[in-house]
Amino acid sequence: MSPLVQNLAVLVLAGFVGFAVISKVPNTLHTPLMSGTNAIHGIVLLGGLVVLGLGVDGVFNKILLVIAIAFGTINVVGGFLVTDRMLSMFKAKKPAPGEEEEK
Amino acid sequence: MTDFVAILYIVAFALFIYGLMGLTGPRTAVRGNWIAAVGMGIAVIATLLTPGMGNWLLIVLGVAIGAVVGVPSARKVKMTAMPQMVALFNGVGGGAVALIAWVEFNSTDGYAHEPAYIAIASLFAAIIGSISFWGSNVAFGKLQELISGRPITMGKLQQPVNALLLLIALACAVIIVAGGDSGFLIVGLLVAAGILGLTVVLPIGGADMPVVISLLNAFTGLSAAAMGLALDNTALIVAGMIVGASGSILTNLMAKAMNRSIPAIIAGGFGGGPAVASGGPKEARPVRSTSAADTAIQMAYASKVVVVPGYGMAVAQAQHTVREMAKLLEKKGITVEYAIHPVAGRMPGHMNVLLAEADVPYEQLKEMDEINSEFAQTDVALVIGANDVTNPAAQTDPSSPIYGMPILKVNESRSVIVLKRGMSSGFAGIDNDLFYDPKTSMLFGDAKSSVGEIVEELKAL
Repeated sequence: MSPLVQNLAVLVLAGFVGFAVISKVPNTLHTPLMSGTNAIHGIVLLGGLVVLGLGVDGVFNKILLVIAIAFGTINVVGGFLVTDRMLSMFKAKKPAPGEEEEK
Repeated sequence: MTDFVAILYIVAFALFIYGLMGLTGPRTAVRGNWIAAVGMGIAVIATLLTPGMGNWLLIVLGVAIGAVVGVPSARKVKMTAMPQMVALFNGVGGGAVALIAWVEFNSTDGYAHEPAYIAIASLFAAIIGSISFWGSNVAFGKLQELISGRPITMGKLQQPVNALLLLIALACAVIIVAGGDSGFLIVGLLVAAGILGLTVVLPIGGADMPVVISLLNAFTGLSAAAMGLALDNTALIVAGMIVGASGSILTNLMAKAMNRSIPAIIAGGFGGGPAVASGGPKEARPVRSTSAADTAIQMAYASKVVVVPGYGMAVAQAQHTVREMAKLLEKKGITVEYAIHPVAGRMPGHMNVLLAEADVPYEQLKEMDEINSEFAQTDVALVIGANDVTNPAAQTDPSSPIYGMPILKVNESRSVIVLKRGMSSGFAGIDNDLFYDPKTSMLFGDAKSSVGEIVEELKAL
């Protein structure tokens, strides 16, 4: 089996997992969910890391990749933090004092 | 990829899936989000452990820039500005994919010695990533009100221009796959796709923006998955595809809630653009205005009050004051409930987030289907900064651009009080018949100060 076929199999299965997991989310959590999935596609950061880390030639390419890595990092870090802030609104009403309070 | 790295990837996406499952319930959601974040951390570390990694300085530089930009903006953004923040984070993800594809092209001399499927996957990722980047930036601009929320169209030229741009991008891709290696081809592809992103999103009215952001979110996921195929990276394939699938479902749900079909939204404009102006006869119709004192008295003698919060309340940051008002009413033995339209605010669930922030009990938040049957027994419906979602024209006037959209049947309650800054139309740009209903009285002013005055009056009663 060629790597392409293996990867396609993974792709298709991942698609079904995505459908199965997500279709059960209550309405209220849609915005946080969108934000959470948004953070997960920050995985593109890995693409930037691999391509830059395994070596490219040319200053221009390197600049592009640094920008790509910066973009990916913003996507990941920003995405998870924003999701957490949204979700902290749904927390039980009596959090341990001092913990999880915003700044 | 070594087996060790591959195993860490498997751990990572098991955590992604488990984390997403956690996100399906309010109790487990916070933990779910962190589980997914841990998965992301493991995936990043695994990648850095790949044998032969170098260029550490540049990697650290990129990550540092990203962290310096991303962390403060995520921390400081106001709750009301969440939707555009999501749009922005989504956009940079798409941008990253497009840039990586560009570099792939450059460093392989136009995929000269690569199998065709790698070129195809990478170029697909480039097109979608570029559309997503520019489209998301427009969505951000519209929600942040840097760009007019109104549809900006090119009229009849719209569809041909979009089709032409797509053709240009595809033509560039085909030439590259067929062996073209000129740098202009990839730049042409990225530019054409980028302009396509702009021209597709610009004509879409502000009210449809959440659907668009969700769609672009799914797009970015797909482009990440395609990039994963090109780079033979399982983590990218799995995570990207899960987002692609989930984003599609979410987009569909949102579109359904607004009774809009996705093709109709993409085709541009709210009801085709020009129809927006047709708010019915424009003669000055009589409107009854009221005072905070009257509103307070009216509510104090009601037995049931339903609050209909909208984006206006969110913008004015009035949710805490509203909660205070509700507490006072409850002390007087009045039932207070909140009617939440599926797209109240600017995204499904957005209003729930804001009200939860103000400690409104979860049980008092009623979804549309549940509350609509109760309006007939409601004495006072207090509409705070909501407009389009209460417009009865959506049910009665087939010529209205929002005809068919499910609404909160506020007009069935015994009396309606609308808190609003002025008589301007809502996000969809349509006049609201509710305001001219004889049962309706308007309390003009900033939502927060109006509710504040009502609270004072209630205390004085």
